[in-house]
Amino acid sequence: MNAEPPQGVRYVAKNMRLDLRLIAGMIARQTRVLDIGCGDGALIDHLSRELGCDARGIEIDMAAVADAVARGLAVMHGDADVDLAHYPDQAFDYVVLSRTLQAVERPHEVLRQMLRIGARAVVSFPNFGHWLVRWQLLCRGRMPLTPAWDRPWYETPNIHPCTIRDFFALCRAEGYRVEQWLAADEAGRRAPWRRSVGLANLFGEQGLFLLHRAA
Amino acid sequence: MAMIVAETPPKVSHQAAHFADGLLLDCGVRLGRLTVAYRTYGRLNEGRTNAVLVCHALTGDQYVAETHPLTGKPGWWDLVVGPGRPVDTERFFVISANVLGGCMGSSGPPSPRDEQTAPGRVLPGQVQPWGTDFPPVTIRDMVRAQKRLIEHLGIGRLFAVIGGSMGGMQVLEWAALYPESVFTAVPIAAAAYHTAQNIAFHEVGRQAIFADPDWEGGRYWEHGKVPARGLAVARMTAHITYLSEQALTRKFGRRLRSGPSLTLFDDLFEVESYLRHQGSTFVSRFDANSYLSITRAMDFFDLADEHGGDLSHAFAGAKTRFCVISFSSDWLFPTAQSRAIARALNQAAANVSFVEIESDKGHDAFLLDEPEFHRTLAGFLSGSATLLAI
Repeated sequence: MNAEPPQGVRYVAKNMRLDLRLIAGMIARQTRVLDIGCGDGALIDHLSRELGCDARGIEIDMAAVADAVARGLAVMHGDADVDLAHYPDQAFDYVVLSRTLQAVERPHEVLRQMLRIGARAVVSFPNFGHWLVRWQLLCRGRMPLTPAWDRPWYETPNIHPCTIRDFFALCRAEGYRVEQWLAADEAGRRAPWRRSVGLANLFGEQGLFLLHRAA
Repeated sequence: MAMIVAETPPKVSHQAAHFADGLLLDCGVRLGRLTVAYRTYGRLNEGRTNAVLVCHALTGDQYVAETHPLTGKPGWWDLVVGPGRPVDTERFFVISANVLGGCMGSSGPPSPRDEQTAPGRVLPGQVQPWGTDFPPVTIRDMVRAQKRLIEHLGIGRLFAVIGGSMGGMQVLEWAALYPESVFTAVPIAAAAYHTAQNIAFHEVGRQAIFADPDWEGGRYWEHGKVPARGLAVARMTAHITYLSEQALTRKFGRRLRSGPSLTLFDDLFEVESYLRHQGSTFVSRFDANSYLSITRAMDFFDLADEHGGDLSHAFAGAKTRFCVISFSSDWLFPTAQSRAIARALNQAAANVSFVEIESDKGHDAFLLDEPEFHRTLAGFLSGSATLLAI
């Protein structure tokens, strides 16, 4: 357990989704991490195995929870909208919410809880400001269907779509400091628009943020 | 009418540890002598790190994974404990003790009382049992007795404490009372307190025993009797609460035993005959006063109340890894109860896994063939064992 990979080389788990690799890259070794909406637990598995983290997860899909627990991961069935309130202040170093913010009932409340129970929050979400989304809405006058937004409006779980710009605005309004941010394509490859929010908002398929509360 | 026939359980001797200094109980009484009957499976490793304590439910006992000496049936958790099973006896050293108040060799109503001078008569050659004079015990008393056994076996920290139903209550109490001695805790189909509904069902069972004239005010042994009808009715009532409506429908539906003649007393529906069978086999292996004693202990249980009314205080600073498991069709200890435990553990920032297993078998699902449950338990234990290099 906890075998140290060579210094300076970040181990990249085989078969782990690329966007999860980007998230793992924001997390320091030997820290306490809570992954909200952890799915089958791929990220926490990686964090505990390779980075020696005390990584735990919450997942709403019971079958995924059973899978993760059966693989020895500390995962509990729960709902981000209600269960975060039961954690004490500052219980974690990082609280991760990957591609789930747009699907929760009260995104700003979930964010507030994340930064209450954790020192830092790592948030990723599909960017509704991507050019293809804008183009489809403009030209066809119908809700967009893209690789990132792939379900029709009447059955999508994504009830709170936002753009990268929207998210910056929310952070300002709530007083969160953006420590790192980047835009990525759907597969999670890092995109080169890190200096321009406008370009990132147009060409990035997903946004990834590392936040902490302003002192 | 099918009657329940009284049958005195045959005497068998149980492996046991004796503690001459007794045990101070929550009720304030000190048991002069403490006996803890137990069984073990597998081997304790050199580091003494692989011990697993299995806590049994209300009517269970220490015969977890072997032929039962009274019934001749397989152990009650044969599917879960054994070589290659989720609690793998090739890997773990499994201990199970008969609870305090029980009737399989541990100190309890049928065991010899401290003072053999109490009033009343005994049959020739018999020692005087405690009977209803056995002091009321709590889940915490049961756990304290088990702790004595664990120390006696030379084990400082248990790798895991596992149990379903009342066994799960003991698991929670273990984690609260001896956090340093529990590396992982697995409460299954359990609750942190007994609800009014739980207590109500138990009270029906107790009243059935009291109403049986053969109970003889709790001193039935003096008359060579067993309150078989009362105990059987108690078991029948309880058994209904262990099953879901779907399970009863699937097993019996409205099927009839014989022709559809309208009779009052005959064993008409299959479900009746099943319950009567459950009742009559139960009385041949269980003591009525033990049933009273243990149901009371469950009713008393309220872990939050033991910690200032806040369940999370019971687990403050806990390093134990928890795996809370419930079953979707369990209406006796429903998932909401397990969720409350998981939330309290979150509040205490404890390491907790929580999963509800999809099953239509009701509360009894933890005893039955539920592959998803077994896979989850095996995975959790195996993952935790790697951390200790077991």
